[in-house]
Amino acid sequence: MEYFEQYITVGAFAGFGAALVAVTLVITWLIRPKNPTPTKLLTYECGVDPVGSGWSQSYVRYYAYGLLFVIFDVEAVFIFPWAIRLEQLGTFGLVEMLVFIWILVLGLVYAIRKGVLRWE
Amino acid sequence: MIDSVVEFLQGNFWALTALKLVAILGLIPVSGLAIGFAELKLSAKMQNRVGPYFAGGRWGWAQLLADGIKFIQKEDIIPADADRPVFRWAPALVMVSTVGLFVVIPFWDGGAVADLSIGIFYVLAISSISTIGILMAGWSSANKYSLMGGLRAAGQLIAYELPMVLAVIGVVIMAGTMSLSGIIKAQADFSLFGWSGFGDQPIANFISPFFILQFVGFLIFFISALAELSRIPFDMPIAESELVTGYLTEYSGFRFLFFFLAEFANMFTMSAIAATLFLGGYLGPFVNVVPWLGPLYLVTKIGVLCFLMIWFRWTFPRFREDQLQSVAWKVLVPLGLANIVVTAIFKVVM
Repeated sequence: MEYFEQYITVGAFAGFGAALVAVTLVITWLIRPKNPTPTKLLTYECGVDPVGSGWSQSYVRYYAYGLLFVIFDVEAVFIFPWAIRLEQLGTFGLVEMLVFIWILVLGLVYAIRKGVLRWE
Repeated sequence: MIDSVVEFLQGNFWALTALKLVAILGLIPVSGLAIGFAELKLSAKMQNRVGPYFAGGRWGWAQLLADGIKFIQKEDIIPADADRPVFRWAPALVMVSTVGLFVVIPFWDGGAVADLSIGIFYVLAISSISTIGILMAGWSSANKYSLMGGLRAAGQLIAYELPMVLAVIGVVIMAGTMSLSGIIKAQADFSLFGWSGFGDQPIANFISPFFILQFVGFLIFFISALAELSRIPFDMPIAESELVTGYLTEYSGFRFLFFFLAEFANMFTMSAIAATLFLGGYLGPFVNVVPWLGPLYLVTKIGVLCFLMIWFRWTFPRFREDQLQSVAWKVLVPLGLANIVVTAIFKVVM
């Protein structure tokens, strides 16, 4: 029961965070002025009229970072249970994890050698 | 009287939860305003300025309150091109992550809102939700600066998430648990080469054993926390001089204030987590004789870390985007992995 109570508390706080924004926005909606004009609603681009779409092309490099991150983060999740039980696992667990981390490092070296982190 | 109130609260789960919600509702603006005001005053001192002076009479203490009242009266402008639902709800998502982080911080012995057994794992998971909120804000604004700022923020936050996770694993190996209260107890009970004078004695050492043995982990964690908070020298996502203010460009009024408040409240929670993991949290001299000293020690440690962050802001120049990424992937991640290996060998051999 205590286990569920803890997560109900967490859920209550998450709902509370969203409600905080909703309630304050309703309050400010009652107070603030509302006077939209077409010029005011224009996208900001340092004073001149915006050129083209705001959703412009962007650098593909960010997607490579995303992929690299997913690989490493999923593998980091495997390290956590091992880290807690390390005292019981002993030398065997240590050697197993050294092999695992060695493979991780190889992946990182491969990505760096492939030039994922180089900007031209 | 007090005993019966305490008994009622312990018996009634929902009343206790409501009380905790009110307490955290008070703590979020107070911590945000306190750190924001400290930033204004300290940056003024470091630049030989006076800083806020008039609001509230003495030292301009009410400056940020006045700013908040001003923000309430401001018009809420949503650009015509923006993706309206996403634009509206991005601040809420950032705020959910900020509030969620307050849940697990142990302020005194048994003084966490919910002492989760996966505490630190929860922190890492929840803190990355704000990345989605920031990416939503950048994308939905339909503004070139916002899109660039949002992508930079996403690239930066995921790059520094990883060293942070690796630095935390070092602490988890030492403590043998992911619960934040368990990690603090492990620091109190820790014995180094047969000497165990860290936490439980009345006159305990102020320095945590994890600060000494996980010093590399602490450095990695602190640098990553700076990057996660987009503080200088890692403030490319909101770089004023190149991207206006990045993903915040199109926000105005109270929605802008939520991002602002979340930034300062996150400084508080991140410093609190760093203090809990590496500096012993609420532990300190005489804390098991006089328990109310615990929160004071925690706030002092948070204050020192926040001061460091503000100091860095006026000391270091901004990195370039590619330098930022290579620091994360080429220096911090290998260092973090090496830290794990050394810690694990230390733990198994000792």
